[in-house]
Amino acid sequence: MNLSRKWLNEFVEIDAGDREFAEAMTLSGSKVELTHDMGEEIKNVVVGKVLSQIRHQNSDHMWICQVDAGKGEPLQIVTGAQNVKVGDLVPVALDGSLLPGGKEIKAGKLRGELSNGMLCSFQELGLDQRDFPSAYPDGIWILSDDPELTDLTIGEDIRAAVGLDDHVVEFEITPNRPDCLSVIGLAREISATFDRPCYFHQPEVKGGAEGVLPELLDVETPNPELCPRYTARMVRNVKIGPSPKWMRERLRAMGVRPINNIVDITNYVMLEYGQPMHAFDYRYVKGGKIIVRRAEEGEKLTTLDGKEHTLTANHLVIADETRAVGLAGIMGGENSEIVADTADVVFESACFDGTCIRKGALSLGMRTEASAKFEKGLDPMNTLPAINRACELVELLGAGEVLDGVIDILNYVPQPTLLKVEPDKINALLGTDVAENVMHTILQKLGFETTMERGVIKVPSWRGDVKEMADLAEEVARFYGYNNIPTTLMRGQTTLGGYSPEQRLEQRLGAVCRACGYDEIITYSFISPSWYDKIGWPADDFHRRSFKILNPLGEDTSIMRTTTLPSMLDILARNYNYRNRDVRLYELGRIYLPGGENGLANEAKVLTLGAYGEGFSFYDLKGTVEAILKDIRAEEVRFETPDEFPGAVSYHPGRRAAVWAGSDCLGIIGQIHPNVAKAFGVDGELYCAELSFDELMLARGAGAEYVPLPKFPSVTRDIAVVCDEAVTVGKLEQAIRKGAKGLLKEAALFDIYRGKGIGEGKKSVAFNLILRADDRSLTSEEADEDVKSILAALEQDCGVHLR
Amino acid sequence: MKEQLAKIKTEALAAFEEAASPAALDELRVKYLGKKGELTAVLKQMGRLSAEERPAMGALANEVRATLEGAIESAAKKLEGAAMEARLKAEALDVTVPGKAVTLGHKHPMYIALDEIKDIFVGMGFTVLDGPEVELAELNFDRLNAEEGHPSRDWSDTFYFDEDSRVMLRSQTSPMQVRAMDTMPLPIRIIAPGRVYRKDEVDATHSPMFHQVEGMVIDKHVTMADLKGTLNLLAEELFGKGTVTRFRPHHFPFTEPSCEMDVQCHKCGGAGCPTCKGEGWIELLGAGMIHPNVLRMAGIDPEQWSGWAFGMGLERTAMRRFKIADLRLIFENDVRFLEQF
Repeated sequence: MNLSRKWLNEFVEIDAGDREFAEAMTLSGSKVELTHDMGEEIKNVVVGKVLSQIRHQNSDHMWICQVDAGKGEPLQIVTGAQNVKVGDLVPVALDGSLLPGGKEIKAGKLRGELSNGMLCSFQELGLDQRDFPSAYPDGIWILSDDPELTDLTIGEDIRAAVGLDDHVVEFEITPNRPDCLSVIGLAREISATFDRPCYFHQPEVKGGAEGVLPELLDVETPNPELCPRYTARMVRNVKIGPSPKWMRERLRAMGVRPINNIVDITNYVMLEYGQPMHAFDYRYVKGGKIIVRRAEEGEKLTTLDGKEHTLTANHLVIADETRAVGLAGIMGGENSEIVADTADVVFESACFDGTCIRKGALSLGMRTEASAKFEKGLDPMNTLPAINRACELVELLGAGEVLDGVIDILNYVPQPTLLKVEPDKINALLGTDVAENVMHTILQKLGFETTMERGVIKVPSWRGDVKEMADLAEEVARFYGYNNIPTTLMRGQTTLGGYSPEQRLEQRLGAVCRACGYDEIITYSFISPSWYDKIGWPADDFHRRSFKILNPLGEDTSIMRTTTLPSMLDILARNYNYRNRDVRLYELGRIYLPGGENGLANEAKVLTLGAYGEGFSFYDLKGTVEAILKDIRAEEVRFETPDEFPGAVSYHPGRRAAVWAGSDCLGIIGQIHPNVAKAFGVDGELYCAELSFDELMLARGAGAEYVPLPKFPSVTRDIAVVCDEAVTVGKLEQAIRKGAKGLLKEAALFDIYRGKGIGEGKKSVAFNLILRADDRSLTSEEADEDVKSILAALEQDCGVHLR
Repeated sequence: MKEQLAKIKTEALAAFEEAASPAALDELRVKYLGKKGELTAVLKQMGRLSAEERPAMGALANEVRATLEGAIESAAKKLEGAAMEARLKAEALDVTVPGKAVTLGHKHPMYIALDEIKDIFVGMGFTVLDGPEVELAELNFDRLNAEEGHPSRDWSDTFYFDEDSRVMLRSQTSPMQVRAMDTMPLPIRIIAPGRVYRKDEVDATHSPMFHQVEGMVIDKHVTMADLKGTLNLLAEELFGKGTVTRFRPHHFPFTEPSCEMDVQCHKCGGAGCPTCKGEGWIELLGAGMIHPNVLRMAGIDPEQWSGWAFGMGLERTAMRRFKIADLRLIFENDVRFLEQF
């Protein structure tokens, strides 16, 4: 909402500078977005009088003028315009002046003749024809030709002379305060903020036009719930023309384009009172009847902007006996528009149901200034003063003759809200000690009225947002000053705060990932459905069932992911494209699976690891996963390569494994399938792991418990066995554990060798065995016995032979 | 004999002094102090002395032996020291050669800011709550006093999953207030961080997904002054002691009175500059006293209990904390960015 400070001064005089003004208003609750000096781009431009004019010797079109700019000596100024005459008053940009757009004017020579500045057109001052309809468009602006520019003084600053000396304040008005979408509403707030008196104006209409209103016009409201109030008046013998300079200036300052006197009056009243107004051409109101009704299904209406709409019963229209002539509260119809030869005008000042207007505007995709006001819920008490103000302006502008009487249909019973001011409760909520009389003073300044009952106040009709004690507390706090409320720390019962076991695990997992060199990332929860294709999921994959956003920003953020893998691959690919080397990433993010409570999602967390880099292998990533599982003390961890595993298709079939802890499958780890990597634009090897957070939670082992350190020395033995390539290390380890007779404490793989001396399709696998008894020093023989048994098991189960 | 002893002493001391290595010193030890050494040879002549001479000469001989033994000891120490010095010199390294790389991962800057905030509140007895992002409009709006028709409910602002606008992506963490009220015993002190979603195109300050942290207290005698005190503490913990804040009235459907808290611009100290758009202040969060309707809808009697709540954008906080100029960097996840934190 823009506010002209000149206009404001008609209601409450404030001389504070813009910054001080903005600060004070912001702190009392009307946030100022910015302030704007309308003439700030113009400097050193004055009213000058042309004293003489001769042809330029070296030019066929230039003139050399002597201009009185109030500087004592006349200034010589060269102009190329042809419309300047001796005696004219014109805008003169002096040496060192500034014009809109950052244009600087300096004295200089034009074809040998000194020019001490420039004579200006209105365009050069940032104005357009609508601001000064009578100004000559193709030359210097002859101020003295404009009948509306009187009292010009030579040497006067042009900004004051033509009304560019206003300052405009832009407010952010919160949706609970539609009353502040008006000059009067803001004036009330400003008056209370600066504690200055506010002068309101009572419109006075002379009336007296020929005719009897009820004979000319009838209004019906068949849907009273959608139209709490409808007020109309008529103006006859209208003379359409431009509105006066002062009105155009104010509209312009508020960001509204002047059109003609009648339309400008409706806009002016809307800005001043916050009440949207509409004017119809009476000759197109067939049968002299206005009906405010729901549209018929499929009814057509072309609005003022030239667009045709097909309506439904959810739209409210203003109609005559035969057809719709306007979309109630949104925009008038083209068929009843005010035009140059309009003679009789009907002014409408109504209050419509906010929800109906909002839905109607939304469904037609045309939110207008009027609909934006109605949808917040306007004060029905405002329609009458506003329409009278419009009629008063018609008379003031000589734009027509107002007919006596008002049609005023009131479909609701005004019921003022009465509230008791309870100072103790207000102070208890705010933590303040504001005196009762101070509270009443604040409320009175805002238009709350005292009643016969002590302490009970009447809420003004425009303050529909004030309903109970907390609302009054806010009013008190705003003008007592939020920054005057003390700052204290909470008292009360002590609560045991802290982190849940889940949150502790999250922290722990992040810490281990970072210790292993992985950087944390954050990816979007919504993805493109095409990403399921990219990771190679079959078209009918059950896991593709996703929460689908009906109004997404775009296809690429249109469904809630059921896997974090493509998000990770996207980020790996991005880093790969940036040529970042040795990238390791993790994210603890959510997936969104159908089937949660209440139609919501089952939002499971997944720890996703992703990496690539020089020499990075499956075993690097596996090492990190093992470190994570070790950190949470997971037991019976193993890696298996089953074919059937959810999401396995995205991985290299020979380099992927399901991660198990006991009977729980925690997730998957592996190299990304080269086709999938390629789909993300990566021609190198990518590695990922996806671990279910819930499963990790279950896999956590018991807390640490001290095991006595060994009292007796251990014996180590290295063995190397040759086996078929197909025999896995895991199987060999199983056999070793099976063969051991209770002395084996650890069996650690230390080498796998293929090639010379081993034979085709075979490999040599070497383990370091640590054997120990808890109650004695082992003899060499005892150790050998165990190793022998281990080797026997290896031979039997895995078909190995000793190397 | 006395002369002999004196001569041995002089010679031996000189020889020890000149010994160049532990081995040479060992040889000298044998030569002078060994069983067949020179001193022993002299002592063997003691038998030839008279009984009167013997004690004096014996004492002298012992003194010479002690002197030589002491001297040999210190010579050995000196040699050892020299040897060590030589070794250390030989082992000297170029310490400017870079250390062996240990690659540590990095926490995302948004989570660094969040973890600081969590720690502050956990220290004050708050519980950290986690909740759904796919949320009921009833909890995101209705139960928060934002009735049908509130502009934030528009399909142009909020993502929906069904035509009835029943299930949506939460547009704020505030539904966690309702979830806490519905499930926790009073008094309540919670914070609830998490992802929220709004229909904003991506640019330097907007993203359709971002993070907020919600805070809420419900207790007896909770005041707006408490809210201010707690939030001032938060600002000081996040941005340093002496951080200046101000509170402005604002409007949220679920708090009354409502406010926004600004922090004085760190660049210009309040004078106004491009960073703060000339205002001298930067908006940090929205807050207020819980609206009595919200308490009533949760079955909590506003005559007995009061509370405050706040909601704060985490990306913006992290951006301010680390002077990150563009929000897109947060979600781009370029490791050259991530590894700065």
